Amino acid sequence: MLTILFDGLAYGMLLFVLAVGLSVTLGLMNFINLAHGAFAMAGGYVAVVMMQRYGLSLFWSLPAAFVLTAAVGALLERTLYVRLYDKTHLEQVLFTIGLTFMAMATVDYFMGASPQIVDVPKALEGNFELGIVSLNKYRIFVIAVCALLTIALQLGLSKTRFGSRLRAAVDDSRVARGLGIDVTAIFALTFAFGSGLAGFGGALGSAIFSIDPQFPLKFMIYFLIVIAVGGTSTITGPFLASILLGVADVAGKYYTPEIGGHRIEIGGFVIYTIMVLVLIFRPQGLFGRAVGK
Amino acid sequence: MFEILTRRQALGAFAVAACVLTPVAVRAEDVVKIGVIVPMTGPSASTGREIEAAIKLFQAQKGDKAGGKKVEVIFKDDTGVADITKRLAQELVVNDHVAAIAGFGLTPLALAAAPIATQAKIPEIVMAAGTSIITEASPFIVRTSFTLAQDTVPLADWALNNGIKKVVTLVADYGPGIDAEKAFVEKIKAGGGQVLDSLRAPLKNPEFAPFLQKAKDLKPDALFLFVPSGQGAQLMKQVAEREFAKDNIKVIATGDVTDDEQLNGMGDSVLGMITSMMYSTAHNSPENKAFVAAFEKANPTMRPNFMALGGYDGMALFYAALEKTKGDTDGAKLVDAMKGMAWMSPRGPISIDPQTRDIVQNVYIRKVERRDGQLYNIEFETVPAVKDPVKAAKAGK
Repeated sequence: MLTILFDGLAYGMLLFVLAVGLSVTLGLMNFINLAHGAFAMAGGYVAVVMMQRYGLSLFWSLPAAFVLTAAVGALLERTLYVRLYDKTHLEQVLFTIGLTFMAMATVDYFMGASPQIVDVPKALEGNFELGIVSLNKYRIFVIAVCALLTIALQLGLSKTRFGSRLRAAVDDSRVARGLGIDVTAIFALTFAFGSGLAGFGGALGSAIFSIDPQFPLKFMIYFLIVIAVGGTSTITGPFLASILLGVADVAGKYYTPEIGGHRIEIGGFVIYTIMVLVLIFRPQGLFGRAVGK
Repeated sequence: MFEILTRRQALGAFAVAACVLTPVAVRAEDVVKIGVIVPMTGPSASTGREIEAAIKLFQAQKGDKAGGKKVEVIFKDDTGVADITKRLAQELVVNDHVAAIAGFGLTPLALAAAPIATQAKIPEIVMAAGTSIITEASPFIVRTSFTLAQDTVPLADWALNNGIKKVVTLVADYGPGIDAEKAFVEKIKAGGGQVLDSLRAPLKNPEFAPFLQKAKDLKPDALFLFVPSGQGAQLMKQVAEREFAKDNIKVIATGDVTDDEQLNGMGDSVLGMITSMMYSTAHNSPENKAFVAAFEKANPTMRPNFMALGGYDGMALFYAALEKTKGDTDGAKLVDAMKGMAWMSPRGPISIDPQTRDIVQNVYIRKVERRDGQLYNIEFETVPAVKDPVKAAKAGK
């Protein structure tokens, strides 16, 4: 039972790091970026290339994945995304989904279609026995890293000058501009940071689940569920939603109730059920503020 | 002017003479085309690449002549999507007038092409897909790969003979996985064993953790695994994470999980793992040694796996059938010629069951060992001439 909770927690934390960038662009910048998964994939492949081809450790690959995807994110933001900020949501969706398909084809061409998997560093191999439960060291590492990130994000957004500028830019970009805040630069930086986080998550996850060119589509649904359930107005919302979904998904696959001799495989749709219920009773998201924009 | 005309006339006369007098190298009716539809991009791309390499090797070794005809192979990439398979099969039949279609990396792909084979009355040689029912989808289907049940039943026997009483099964939730689960569970129960639980993971599932944890908590003697080749590395990584050996749980699987092509990347955690399959790159026979050497020479970065064998033997079967019909490409005659055909493959002696058109072959129990610095599935037990148990059971009823 505890092990399941632990696995779910690790899965949820990972989901959060992968999705939080999307929550930032969607919630704060009001931009629908379906290509978010492509950035996560890019980070995963950075890790794959660095570790498989150049034999570097995961500890080096993680920051590299963050920096490189953030750089790609910044480049794309300056050249492409910036043109779409004032366009309709439909145009944004069409543009970003197209970008996703292009990214998938590119990766397929250069890296091949077969799933890639990276090795966990020796120090994080094996399990950590704690009484009756044995906890996988790498998953402990994932949880610790993600928890630190979350705290840093929350503090950064609420306590720093950059955070308050960002919030100001989002609330009313015209007034913010008038007050001398460089809104364009702030948006670019935020976008790059969100992309970098996705890349970081992709690299972190590539040691648990394999990474392949289908990754952006496979995980897009999970990202969107996290955002839909958690709401987009806070960091804590998507965070709690990720944990909830991670634990529910893992537990749903572990406990398969039998009714009348028939096994009910609830694993697959537990998270969808949660999403539907949340959307019915709290359309603004489980932890979102009920504010109309 | 006059001069030019004569020159033209002379040229024309020469051309006509050339056509009449010298036999054209290949006349259309002397070419037999076979269309090979395999996934060469997408998630199952390795299947297509192995089959393509094996077929090219076969033609390089045996030449392109069979039954007095020149055999031309047309490769098509269906990316692993069934409706593309069907469309490609249609195009091959209508536009290219192929004498047979072959390949088929996954069960749904083989089934999608079955109606085309039936309507066009041409053989469909299944070189990879492994669900038992495939050969029943059309009287023109012949298989040179294997069926999951065929590989699984001998493993269940081995488990029973080696003191394994309580098992948990974990398979990928689609045709071949369910075949493997059924075959294993039935055999274990018939042998007095106990099946604690049968778990099915969605085919597209990046996270096996909950299933593996559940298997571990049930404390069986052994955990039986099947996932399609390609997912093996990921599954085994998560298996290693759970440390089954500490609880004295043996992990056994069909050979798909320790696919020869990916085995080296799985690392030491798979050492000692017991699997069953009809082919291992390390199979000890002169035929196989020659095959592996030639294959690796032609494709230095690849290792032939069971998919390559399906392609290689599929071509051998097509050639042999053409020889037998003396170049007659009538589909029904070709299929008749294939029925009962028996020959020595690099994987050992194989034959085509005349009743079911499915392959009869040895199944080997193997153990992962390190040889010359590389990981191999080393065979230590042979179960000779195994028929597909699912269809054998139907025939027995």
